[in-house]
Amino acid sequence: MTTTNTLPLTSAAAVQDTPKATAEPRWVKWTLVGTALTFLTLFLILPLMVVLYGAFEAGMQVWWQAVTEPDALAAIRLTLFVLLIVVPLNAVFGVAIAWAIAKFEFRGKTILISIIDMPFAISPVVVGLIFVILLGSQGWFGPWLAEHDLRIIFAVPGIVIVILFGTLPFVARELIPLMQQQGKEEEEASLTLGASGWKTFWYVTLPNIKWGLIYGVVLCNARAMGEFGAVAIVSGRIRGETNTMPLHIEVLYNEYMFTAAFAVSSLLTGLALVTIVVKSWIEWKDERKKTSSTAR
Amino acid sequence: MKFKTILASAALVVSSLATASNTILNVSYDPTREFYREYNQLFSDHWSAQGHTAPRVRQSHGGSGSQARSVIDGLDADVVTLALAYDVDALRVRADLIPQDWQSRLPLNSSPYTSTIVLLVRKGNPKNIQDWDDLARDDVQVITPNPKTSGGARWNYLAAWGYALKKYGSEEKAYDFVEKIFKNVPVLDPAARGATNTFVQRRIGDVFIAWENEAFLSVEQLGRGEYEIVVPSVSILAEPPVTVVDRNVDRKGTRAVAEAYLNYLYSDEAQHLAAKHFYRPGRPEIAEQYLEKFPKVNLFGIDDVFGGWDKAQNDHFNDGGHFDRILEAISRR
Repeated sequence: MTTTNTLPLTSAAAVQDTPKATAEPRWVKWTLVGTALTFLTLFLILPLMVVLYGAFEAGMQVWWQAVTEPDALAAIRLTLFVLLIVVPLNAVFGVAIAWAIAKFEFRGKTILISIIDMPFAISPVVVGLIFVILLGSQGWFGPWLAEHDLRIIFAVPGIVIVILFGTLPFVARELIPLMQQQGKEEEEASLTLGASGWKTFWYVTLPNIKWGLIYGVVLCNARAMGEFGAVAIVSGRIRGETNTMPLHIEVLYNEYMFTAAFAVSSLLTGLALVTIVVKSWIEWKDERKKTSSTAR
Repeated sequence: MKFKTILASAALVVSSLATASNTILNVSYDPTREFYREYNQLFSDHWSAQGHTAPRVRQSHGGSGSQARSVIDGLDADVVTLALAYDVDALRVRADLIPQDWQSRLPLNSSPYTSTIVLLVRKGNPKNIQDWDDLARDDVQVITPNPKTSGGARWNYLAAWGYALKKYGSEEKAYDFVEKIFKNVPVLDPAARGATNTFVQRRIGDVFIAWENEAFLSVEQLGRGEYEIVVPSVSILAEPPVTVVDRNVDRKGTRAVAEAYLNYLYSDEAQHLAAKHFYRPGRPEIAEQYLEKFPKVNLFGIDDVFGGWDKAQNDHFNDGGHFDRILEAISRR
């Protein structure tokens, strides 16, 4: 995408001269495209349509009632509140750890990289149980927490902790390969020219990793909103207080309130789509800025 | 999103966490949601009419066993209203949250409302299922979850066992009878919800063994006129007990309101409300008024026939118990 932008004059000619990607006959190409499209339709578009159909089947008013009912509102509020804490923290952590791994040499680096992946490897249910064992009233730190009247498990802090844990790798995973590939020459150049470490990070490193960072944040955001297994264990399911949106959807579904369940699902899906749209919009704006600057 | 809105919502979340001593948390199981939603309002009116500040009741619902587990691990319940005494007793055994005599502190075994196990069949009852015996017929498919994993399914199993014991007189014959029923189960779902889906959505099976209140709910919400409830001649008395969680109320200073909350479950108003939500009122004089809705069944208690939950659990469902033998017999089929 960046290469086409830096060559705005030659791109039109380039399209015509582009050699065919393969020498395979047409039907091979169309079979491949057809398979991909069928697969997408069956496993992505169709389920999405089902959610939307289920949500709006009974009409706009019913949908509105389902998402503005007090328990639903509380679930939405809690989900957004958790995002507000988790996403920035994970972004900062991701950048820090990727920076450390890509730009510095130290002992145990490979072990560190493997450890970052752990939250992906461990089932969310196990993550929930780990924190119950650590912080629950029968757990290691439970009695101490109870003595000081600190409530973590079965309250909002517990939910934040397990989601933070589950989404830890997203930003770091995006940035590590990117930063490793870019190497440290640019930073070294900047430092040699007398820029401070902070300035180097702000003007050299950050612009280079911008897209990886945004992509990581979008993924982290989506997962944090949708996390279910771990939250189900540490939430305590108190209505209007510790039910996040996915939990609230499950509660509704289990209580035969299918339309309401689908309505809240559609909202959750919508929120996820919004993050993707925001990402595309930033990409688009950035491209336009680049195009105009190269034209000048 | 505007920064102010974010701040406001954050403040709302935080402020909703602040609890006063007239706020109590009721940790309950899944199908009681509608009942407690209405009851909480009823109780709130009653309690403030007596000159107290209006209480706030927070609700938590989930599977009975996992809800008990959460309270043991520190969920701050003032009262628990669970599906079976076995789950409530776990609070005492594992965390010493309630005293030994918890079940005798309130009338009727601390069970203000009860239920039983009934048979849900398809419209018109095409296989003419009238009683437990029909479930052992070769041409009938039975849907019930796995008693190894589902608390509710243990009631189903024990109800069938108790019936056979009464009718055929010996443990061996009861065993044969229950084995026959389980041989008629085409899919043994791990949980009640999955079993409901198997019967209702996948349309597998001729009869679904269910709690009476759940059967009413299915009929009401999943397909009016598509199912019928058959009440067997003999069934088990399901007592979902309630109790104050002593350690928590004493720490939070909520004992008075928590106790009043449970006592009021025995009032006329609450008993009628329970009936409205498909539970059998515990007080006999109120239950009399609902004979049409809840037909008289010859009910036996778990203590009379099985010697209590611990013994039933041990004899039937733990490793090496009767149900393991049945599973083996099924897998040899």
